[in-house]
Amino acid sequence: MEYIDIINALVLLSNFVLLPAITYGSQLALAALGVTLIYAVLRFSNFAHGDLMSFGTMVTILITWWLQSIGITGGIMPTALIALPFGILITALLCLLIDQSVYKFYRKQKSVPVVFMIVSVGVMFTLNALVRFIIGPDDRRFFDGEKFIIKAVEFKNLTGLDEGLAIKSTQVITIIVAIITMIILFWFLQKSKTGKSMRAFSNNEDLALLSGINPDRVVMYTWIIVGALATIAGVLYGLDKSFKPYTYFSLVLPMFAAAIIGGVGNPLGAIVGGYIIGFSEVMLTYAYKKFLIYILPTSIEPSGLMQFLSTDYKFAISFIILVIVLIVRPTGIFKGKTL
Amino acid sequence: MQSKYFECKDLIGGYGGADILHGCSVAIDKNEIVVIVGPNGAGKSTAMKAMLGMLKIKSGSVSFMGNDITKLSTQLRINQGLSFVPQTNNVFTELTVRENLEIGAYIRKDDFEETIDQIYDLFPVLKDKQSQLAGELSGGQRQQVAVGRALMTKPSVLMLDEPTAGVSPIVMDELFERIIEIKKTGMAILIVEQNAKQALNIADYGYVLVNGQNKHFGTGKELLDSKEVRQSFLGG
Repeated sequence: MEYIDIINALVLLSNFVLLPAITYGSQLALAALGVTLIYAVLRFSNFAHGDLMSFGTMVTILITWWLQSIGITGGIMPTALIALPFGILITALLCLLIDQSVYKFYRKQKSVPVVFMIVSVGVMFTLNALVRFIIGPDDRRFFDGEKFIIKAVEFKNLTGLDEGLAIKSTQVITIIVAIITMIILFWFLQKSKTGKSMRAFSNNEDLALLSGINPDRVVMYTWIIVGALATIAGVLYGLDKSFKPYTYFSLVLPMFAAAIIGGVGNPLGAIVGGYIIGFSEVMLTYAYKKFLIYILPTSIEPSGLMQFLSTDYKFAISFIILVIVLIVRPTGIFKGKTL
Repeated sequence: MQSKYFECKDLIGGYGGADILHGCSVAIDKNEIVVIVGPNGAGKSTAMKAMLGMLKIKSGSVSFMGNDITKLSTQLRINQGLSFVPQTNNVFTELTVRENLEIGAYIRKDDFEETIDQIYDLFPVLKDKQSQLAGELSGGQRQQVAVGRALMTKPSVLMLDEPTAGVSPIVMDELFERIIEIKKTGMAILIVEQNAKQALNIADYGYVLVNGQNKHFGTGKELLDSKEVRQSFLGG
């Protein structure tokens, strides 16, 4: 076995496992952060979060199309990044509208969390229908600009290796935008007065009220942030793959798994959980045949695909991890419940 | 009769079920420590919550600086200068000591660094532990954080619900000493206490509450000296 084989094997893994997993993990982490924030402040599981992502992405796509139609593009960058702030704005407004018209009623009634959860299922169906009504149920790609930062062929020519490492611009954009978003969010929660009041409210609601914190404001800020996180996560996912309302709806399972694994209500936990789910899904559905051929002697080369699970079963992975965590450590990796 | 700085009269009410308070009245002046003692279930804490507007009272009135505040919400009462340290869950466990104090000053628009320094002077241990999570502190230190948080608004009336519950006697004595120091800044302090003897020792005025009614009242010394009070509440 030669060293070059090992390098080829590592490049292969980076190309098909590492990069896609980090990208998908970042998208899930942002989505799970939204779920966790709602849980920490409003104390219910927001099943509408997937469809909120879908709505935010749809708005961003519509604005992207409009921008393109009047001749504004992002050049080598996707035009959707220019449309993103407007998408965030409209989605945040929608969140506030839903809160005022739906959730506020149940807060006044002092409903138990399970009622809120069921209500969120209703919001989920409504948003789902709204999105399909406006943009349709089809698969849509809205990526434009330069697709690759390094193409596989260029990488091969550059390094002389047999395996190519293709770095898609959407992957780099996802990772950079996710990191910036997380830094801003953590700075906001840790350092700003409003962020601190949100953490205080999440930690001890009664004492927060006694300290003069206005609960309506805390709830309002939470929805704005959640709307922003959902839109960013949805647009990044859509840029990287494609936008289809059904796919976004089904992202609810991995994103809840991510939030719960990390410790629901804990932002750091949501991020860690997002990457755990992202890596598990990609690693367990990848066919390792080629990788093993590189690193194993010819005599024991595998004949099958060496794939743990077919990609059709990727949602089962979230489910299994979720069940294991709930059995072994029900509070999640980090203790949940407060910001 | 001229009304006192802060007072409540003939409070009747409870948490919605049977009444707990049956006409309890309490009055405090500036520079005064007033202690409410009484047996378990006498409605001491309930009375305090009623004064803060945390429960609906059927009749009675609460006034502050001559204004009737009976109808005001808890939030508005706090904005006016009342401050409350609950008996339990009185710190933000997941926030650092300093953040607890900062949240205490949430309603203030001015610079509160000076107040934080004053609280660190009052409770030096808090300065050493300022970046530690309040949930990691000992019971006595937590109580100091709780009082510190309540002082951040520079309140006119400080209300403490059993501040010495669950802390050691030494810590209790120290806490009472600090409360006397706080009083000297011109604050009106109302304390609900189980440790009646020690509390009445530092009290300018005291009330013995039984069944939601004022059974005895008088200066701290008078109550401590009263044979009846001693026999029924202070264990002889």
